[in-house]
Amino acid sequence: MAPRTPLTVLVDYDSGNLHSAEKAFQRMAAETGAGEVLVTSDPAMVARADRIVLPGDGAFPACRRALGSYGGLFEAISEGVSAGKPFLGICVGMQMLATWGREYEDTAGFGWIGGEVVRITPADPKLKVPHMGWNDLVIDRPHPVLEGIATGDHAYFVHSYHFRVADPAHLLAHADYAGPITAIVGRDNIIGTQFHPEKSQALGLRLIANFLTWTP
Amino acid sequence: MLKTRLIPCLDVADGRVVKGVNFVDLRDAGDPVEAARAYDAAGADELCFLDIHATHENRGTMFDLVTRTAEQCFMPLTVGGGVRTPEDVRALLLAGADKVSFNSAAVADPDVVARSADRFGSQCIVVAIDAKTVAPGKWEIFTHGGRKATGIDAVDFARLVAAKGAGEILLTSMDRDGTKGGYNLPLTRAISDAVPVPVIASGGVGTLDHLVEGVTKGGASAVLAASIFHFGEFTIAEAKAHMAAAGIPMRLA
Repeated sequence: MAPRTPLTVLVDYDSGNLHSAEKAFQRMAAETGAGEVLVTSDPAMVARADRIVLPGDGAFPACRRALGSYGGLFEAISEGVSAGKPFLGICVGMQMLATWGREYEDTAGFGWIGGEVVRITPADPKLKVPHMGWNDLVIDRPHPVLEGIATGDHAYFVHSYHFRVADPAHLLAHADYAGPITAIVGRDNIIGTQFHPEKSQALGLRLIANFLTWTP
Repeated sequence: MLKTRLIPCLDVADGRVVKGVNFVDLRDAGDPVEAARAYDAAGADELCFLDIHATHENRGTMFDLVTRTAEQCFMPLTVGGGVRTPEDVRALLLAGADKVSFNSAAVADPDVVARSADRFGSQCIVVAIDAKTVAPGKWEIFTHGGRKATGIDAVDFARLVAAKGAGEILLTSMDRDGTKGGYNLPLTRAISDAVPVPVIASGGVGTLDHLVEGVTKGGASAVLAASIFHFGEFTIAEAKAHMAAAGIPMRLA
């Protein structure tokens, strides 16, 4: 019997368009031989997956509520993460890893990476919020998913809140905006990017390829 | 450090680029998807599609274009033209736009900005403001391609829509658009200083120094241009190198 084709799922809980992300993951899965990429809201499909990607656009409380409204979906993600499957959170999908979100109201996150998501307050009051556009990354600690990505490379950000991690060991990369902005967090089999890899041209595609071949 | 964005804008009508894009290696200069791919490869920071005579009947064409662009170009895409309701925003986001731009609908009903931002987040809601100088230091909103005066002060309106949840302002100086005489810098400065969100300067670029001035004198977070790139007068790389040489932080290839 042939080995089963590896499966990566992009979790769809009606938070933004996943088409571009799906195409980016499919392209890099084809290039790296990482198997199949599917967009799904089905907990059974998430349970079957080898890798889990959780996107998220919009406000923290709305995303958390939307994810919770799909019966069994969060539980399937959580079980997969506990079982050691590689997990990637993107934008609000990364922010929800935190203990707390402080956008509009206090919302409990997954608590998988300690810390809170707070409004960006640049030390220079002339700087605009949202933090929107291309900013260069400072890599704080090496990680297999960041292979080939160096300090000084640019990623595309668009957000007004960011993740303040409790343990600096969980901060993998940051950007500077009159003060540090958390760009990438991670621990064990979990990684999350504040920026959008599927909108970050070559850097983003590289990160996606690395994630698809990562064995934590 | 956050970089200043350089944004080529494609005017689209019935699924075709209105003024053909003059790149040597394009098979079809009128295909917006091909033009988008060329700008992606050239290192543009974002793309903007403007549906210049959006009607109910031709919306499907635009959705198809946006979808095909989003599945080939892994970069941010703003889409505007004919956007009236939160449902229009949703449809364009689902087609693959990252940001959606309101124009005259926001003038008619600024609350549509609030309703859309509450639902989809400020990060994807842009308000396009078309303004003309009516007296020194005084600018007014015009709609219908600059033909219809509204009597609304542009600076007040910018403040209002930012407070309603617009995440970005796309500011076009209608008295400069197409002149190649440069952005309306006092207007750009007045709006940039008035709102906490990023402002994209648009309308009137003829030289690379105009792009520089939009940032250094106008205070814009991003600069948009169309014809100087479409007609091959300057490449994206030349424009970025020129802006960087003038001391503006740019993302260089």
